[in-house]
Amino acid sequence: MGRITLDKVAKRFGEVEVIPPLDLTIEDGEFVVFVGPSGCGKSTLLRLIAGLEDVSGGEIRIDGQNATEMPPAKRGLAMVFQSYALYPHMTVRKNIAFPLKMAGMPEEEQKRRIDNAAKILNLTDYIDRRPGQLSGGQRQRVAIGRAIVREPAAFLFDEPLSNLDAALRVGMRLEITELHSRLKTTMIYVTHDQVEAMTMADKIVVLRAGHIEQVGSPLELYRTPRNVFVAGFIGSPKMNLIEGGEAGKHGCKTIGIRPEHISVSPTEGMWKGRVGVSEHLGSDTFFYVHETGLREDMTVRVSGEVEMKSGDTVYLTPDMDKLHRFDDAGLRLS
Amino acid sequence: MARAVSTNRKITVTVIAWSIGFLIFFPILWTILTSFKTEAEAIASPPSFLFFEWTTENYGIVMERSNYFLHFMNSVVISVGSTLIGLLIAVPAAWSMAFVPGKNTKNVLMWMLSTKMLPPVGVLIPIYLIFKNVGLLDTRTGLVIVLTLINLPIIIWMLYTYFKEIPVDILEAARMDGANLRNEIIYILTPMAVPGIASTMLLNIILAWNEAFWTLNLTAANAAPLTAFIASYSSPEGLFYAKLSAASTMAIAPILIMGWFSQKQLVRGLTFGAVK
Repeated sequence: MGRITLDKVAKRFGEVEVIPPLDLTIEDGEFVVFVGPSGCGKSTLLRLIAGLEDVSGGEIRIDGQNATEMPPAKRGLAMVFQSYALYPHMTVRKNIAFPLKMAGMPEEEQKRRIDNAAKILNLTDYIDRRPGQLSGGQRQRVAIGRAIVREPAAFLFDEPLSNLDAALRVGMRLEITELHSRLKTTMIYVTHDQVEAMTMADKIVVLRAGHIEQVGSPLELYRTPRNVFVAGFIGSPKMNLIEGGEAGKHGCKTIGIRPEHISVSPTEGMWKGRVGVSEHLGSDTFFYVHETGLREDMTVRVSGEVEMKSGDTVYLTPDMDKLHRFDDAGLRLS
Repeated sequence: MARAVSTNRKITVTVIAWSIGFLIFFPILWTILTSFKTEAEAIASPPSFLFFEWTTENYGIVMERSNYFLHFMNSVVISVGSTLIGLLIAVPAAWSMAFVPGKNTKNVLMWMLSTKMLPPVGVLIPIYLIFKNVGLLDTRTGLVIVLTLINLPIIIWMLYTYFKEIPVDILEAARMDGANLRNEIIYILTPMAVPGIASTMLLNIILAWNEAFWTLNLTAANAAPLTAFIASYSSPEGLFYAKLSAASTMAIAPILIMGWFSQKQLVRGLTFGAVK
C-alpha cells in the first residue's frame, strides 16, 4: 500500500517560502511525476515526503498514518537519487542488501530478494563488482535494485535519469515504466523534462515556485491546460501563444495553438508568413515561421518529410477545435 | 592528451629528482654514518664519507648509559595514546562540523587553527606550573594530555576535510534505507572515512613521536621519550657527535620503519584534499 496525502504542507528556508501550503493526494499504485522548471520546489517537495527535510507546516500522511515527524527510515519509502548515491565501499550485492540488512531480514530471504532484483534489472553479471567499476546506466540500475528489494510503500525518484546520455535515458525510461506496471507500487518521480513526465506518468503535477499549477493525466494537461504556464510547459515543441489583436478576435487575452495543430499550405490559409529555420527529424518536420503579422513567431510541426526552404512563403491555418483561449489572468476559458 | 616526453627530458628530470631526494635524505644518512664512526673520526676534517673504520661501540655505550627501552616505550605510549584520544574527540567533532554545520562552524575551525599560531613557549610557564601543582610533571599521562591538546586542531582539520569529501547523498540514501544514526556511522560513514582516519592517525603518531618542545620541558627521567633520550647526548663540551648520532639513529629507526610501510596512506594524508 502506498497512499500519500499532503495536507497544507509548507516549507520555508529561513525567510524564504519555498513551498507555500499545498494539498495533494497520491493514490496507491499511481505513477506521479512532479515536473516544473528549475527551482520550482519539486525536489524539495520530494525530500519532504522522504523525510530528508522537515516540513515547516502541515501534515504528511502515508497510508492514513501521520508521518510528518517520522524519520526517513520509518516511512517505508525508497529513494533513487540523481547521483545514484551508491555505497562505494560495498559490492553491488552488498549495496542492494543494505536496506534488507537494516531491516534485520533473515539471510535466505535477503538472498532470494537480491537474486530476484538482480534478474529483473540484469545485474547478475556484475553483482560482485563495486560501483566504481560500473557505467552510469549500470549504477542507476543498482540504485533501483536497492530500492525495489525493500518492497517499499512507494518509490521516490529524484531526477534519476539526468546524468545519463540521451540514448540510455530513453531505455531507462522504458525500464522504469515497465517496472511500475510489474510492481504496481506507488512511484513519485521528479523531473524537469516534460517528455519524461508525459511518457511515464499516470498523473502529472506541474509546479511553479512551489505552487501546484495543475494536476492531471498527461493527456488532460495536453488537451486542457488550466493556464498559460501549463500550456507553455507541457508539449514539445512548445505551444504557440499569441497575444494582441489576433487573440482579441477570439475574445480573450491569449490564444494558444500547438505546432501540430496548424496546417501548412504554400497557397492559401489564415496567416501568411516566411519560413525561417526548418528542422528535419525524418518522422516530423518543424518549421519556424516569421513575419506572420502576429506578434510572435510561430512553430509548426508537420508529419513526415516536407520540403520547404528558408525564405519560402507559407500559409498557416490553425485547427479551430484545438485552439486554447486564456483570460487576462492567464486562466483557461472554456 | 598526454604530453610527449623525450628521453633526454626524462633522464634530466630523473637525475634532478634523485638529487633533490638525496639532498633531503643526506642529513639522515650522515647521522647514520656518523653513528658508526669513532668520536675522533666524527669530527675529522675533511670528513670521511664511507672509508673509515666502522664500529658499533657507540651503540654499546648508548645502550649501557641509558635505558633505551624505557624511552622507546614512553614514546610509543605518548604518541599512540595522544593520537587515539585525539581521534576519539576529533571524529565526532569533525563529523558534526562536516555534516551538521552551524552558523559558527567556520569560525570554530579558524579558532582551533589559530591556537597553532601561538608559539608554544608562550604558555610554557603556566602549563609547567599547572602540571607541577597537579602532579603531572614527568608522567606519561601528562604528556599524553599535552600532546593530545597540541595536535587536536590538526586532527580535527584533517578529518573535517576528509568527511567533507563524503557526498551527503550517500548518507541520505542510508537514512532512506532504514539506517539509524548508529548504523549510518558504523556501516557507511566509518568505512568511507577509514582511509582518511588512518592517514590522520599515522601522521599524528609521527608528529607526536617527534614532538620535542613539550616532551623535553615537562619530563625528567620517568616519562622521557626518545626525544629526551637524544637530547641527553648533546653536551656543551667533550666529544659526543658519534654517540649523539647513534642515539638519534635509534630514536628515528622505529618511526622510519613505520613510515616506510605506510607510505601509501601517508602520501594520501599529506596531499589530502588535493586530489579526489
